[in-house]
Amino acid sequence: MSAADVVILGAGLVGASCAESLSRQKLRVTVIEAGVVGAGATAAGMGHITVMDDSEAQFALTRYSQSLWRARIKELPASVEWQNAGTLWVAADDEEMQAVHTKQAFYTQRGVPVHTLDARAVVEAEPNLRPGLAGGFLVPQDSVIYAPCAAAWLMQRAKAAGAHMRLGVRATRVDGRRVHLDDDTHIDAGSVIVACGHWSRQLLPNVPVRPRKGHLAITDRYPGFVHHQLVELGYLKSAHGHDNESVAFNVQPRATGQLLIGSSRQFDIEHSEVEPRFLARMLARAFEYMPGLQNMSIIRTWTGFRAATPDSLPLIGPHPSHDGLYLATGHEGLGITTSLGTAAILTDHMMHRPPAIPIEPYLPARFANV
Amino acid sequence: MSEQRTIAAKMLCDGAAFHTSVSGEPRAPLCGMGVCMECRATVDGSPHQRTCQTLMDQPPSTAPHQAHFDVLVVGAGPAGLAALWAASQSGVTAGMVDDNPAAGGQIWRNALPAEWAQRAARLESNFLPGTRIYATASTPNGLWAERGSPSQRVHITYNKLILATGARERFLPFPGWTLPGVFGAGGLQALVKTGLPVEGKRVVVAGSGPLLLAVAAYLKKRGARISLIAEQTTRARRNDFLTLLLRNPSKLLQAVKLRAQLGAIRYRMSTWVTRAQGEGRLQGVTLNGGRTLDCDYLACGFGLVPNTELAALLGCRIDDGYVAVNHSQQTTVDNIYCAGEPTGIGGVDKAIAEGLIAGYAATGQTALARAGFPKRDRGNLFRRQLDTAFALRPELAAITTPDTIVCRCEDVHLAKILDHRSWRDLKLQTRCGMGPCQGRICGPAVEYLRGWPADSVRPPLYPVEARHLL
Repeated sequence: MSAADVVILGAGLVGASCAESLSRQKLRVTVIEAGVVGAGATAAGMGHITVMDDSEAQFALTRYSQSLWRARIKELPASVEWQNAGTLWVAADDEEMQAVHTKQAFYTQRGVPVHTLDARAVVEAEPNLRPGLAGGFLVPQDSVIYAPCAAAWLMQRAKAAGAHMRLGVRATRVDGRRVHLDDDTHIDAGSVIVACGHWSRQLLPNVPVRPRKGHLAITDRYPGFVHHQLVELGYLKSAHGHDNESVAFNVQPRATGQLLIGSSRQFDIEHSEVEPRFLARMLARAFEYMPGLQNMSIIRTWTGFRAATPDSLPLIGPHPSHDGLYLATGHEGLGITTSLGTAAILTDHMMHRPPAIPIEPYLPARFANV
Repeated sequence: MSEQRTIAAKMLCDGAAFHTSVSGEPRAPLCGMGVCMECRATVDGSPHQRTCQTLMDQPPSTAPHQAHFDVLVVGAGPAGLAALWAASQSGVTAGMVDDNPAAGGQIWRNALPAEWAQRAARLESNFLPGTRIYATASTPNGLWAERGSPSQRVHITYNKLILATGARERFLPFPGWTLPGVFGAGGLQALVKTGLPVEGKRVVVAGSGPLLLAVAAYLKKRGARISLIAEQTTRARRNDFLTLLLRNPSKLLQAVKLRAQLGAIRYRMSTWVTRAQGEGRLQGVTLNGGRTLDCDYLACGFGLVPNTELAALLGCRIDDGYVAVNHSQQTTVDNIYCAGEPTGIGGVDKAIAEGLIAGYAATGQTALARAGFPKRDRGNLFRRQLDTAFALRPELAAITTPDTIVCRCEDVHLAKILDHRSWRDLKLQTRCGMGPCQGRICGPAVEYLRGWPADSVRPPLYPVEARHLL
């Protein structure tokens, strides 16, 4: 038996951020991770730091989180591969250009620098997009990172501040403030934070997260082919709709010169195998926007699972019916961006300090029977 | 079957640059077999083309877009040819595909035993060369392959599948092994067989196993000056092996012939290369004990690693790195058979015996299949003898120094590898094994150095153009 002020279950980017933030408050933190650091959705995802406008609450958390990332650019080790690539939302037609103008107004009113691009400016910004696009919308402060190394860096910082980490052990049950582990030991803690992405359901079956599968493909190195993170405006329909299956054009330049090609979303698929038919559908969408991708060498494909909630907002804060139990999950496709913000507002909440942004929209208590 | 010249052979001959590694080192072909991806260069404006698998005069692709075979054999080495021949005896439509531009396998190529060369020639119309299977199709019993340049996609279906995917060389990294001029042993032989001249070149052959002798004899015949054959195993183990060969007359004869061909070439036991040196290209090697030797090429290989990726993708069980098969060479998946090196590294006789059994068994010729069991069992005995005789000694781990690059695709040094506690952690934190060779070169090295077996397999099995995944 051992004891800690806070036990964090999960060493993905969210768990690692919480570990760093809480251990810097002089709390004794222990992180329990069944696999290795950053191996779940952290490793599977694209790794963008992006401000999103699906809802005021989503905007508030993504923007706050991005500001926290930007404040730490100088601290980031080279392995994190921070690239200030910017996000270019691509409008295919006039209807999507209308959406661009709405977005422009939204971001500008809230003080986020953005640029609307007309058809010619899009060609200049990304010559390899297909001709004839209506325009685009550039968010220059959005960035791209290599998330597994960011998680490792945060864990290292947490350990430097006194945190302990136990790899290769799985929490099997949370019983009040006691966490039972699969090596037949347990840890008693002042507080327990569940940050296991969609696996959180295995510990807490009523947590409203559903695994939402995604496929990705990565190319060999083609430096200079793509300059920004590129996303079709239709992505919003794909990401925020709740259709069982959807794909959207999303290509990201990596620091290595490789291109990451996404994106896809599937509910109710439990197996992690690459599904050739679905991968094909995703690639076909990417080729529509960027025909030159067709001849690029794909070196790997893989899948991962996002933890999706019914209202597309994460679950951050105390569990409504278990004293001492906290949630930090349900980030769906935005966990890389919002990891730092999640850790900051959760830490403030636990330390009884007012957080920089209101925590209420993310509190698990917004759902009945969590 | 004569072989034509590959672009890689021509480029090596001309001293042309291939590609630069991610940390800026010039690189040139290592494996010569389409695995290591170090021979990538821009061909006709297309970047990242594997020049060792592309002919100088690549015939325009006449690929059918669709092909069906009652029996499909993957791999045209000795096991594949035997399987194709045996299956064809039943009258079914049998076909064979291979990544290489010609049949014969990575080692034998155009020097197959005469009987098999004749059979191969007769079966040529059933053979799709230069055809690489990279994924399973969503149709039942369907595979996707690509062939030609620019490549076309072929959808191949089968009723029975025989995997004869052979092996690749095992590399143990040492300082300087990324210099142009360092090749696999079979790799240099493959490059010479596809058009690289070695006349007058000083070559050191090093590593382990009987392949070193065969390669040295071949290179000598082609005019190379073999300075040394360095074999890591001990004299005692080698002698035990020779004693066992006395009970295996055909193998003994092969050994005697080889030795005669080698003439006065020095064949040293308990000897290995600890460093390769040179400015921009290989100029010499250092041996254990500190002696140095000048040379133009180093041909090194520490035995063979079975190519089990396609079997794994198809769901066949892999035991201790080898494809599990029953007495009829059937894998754990219905209608899929496996023959040759993927079931155990045992050389040509075992490969042919298993190929025949698989070909007969897959076509219901059970009596003929059964008649081949004793030969196959002798092949398996030889396999175990090879394993013992050429087991890698633990001291070899020391040739990989902390500043040695282990993953050549991502230039990951041993020091980084030692920092991590599992393959998954290593991959995520350093990208070791995540480059275009998909861990086929560094994977076996990491397995030797850290004891971590290979990871899961996902499509595509080889890098392919994105359009082929539609």
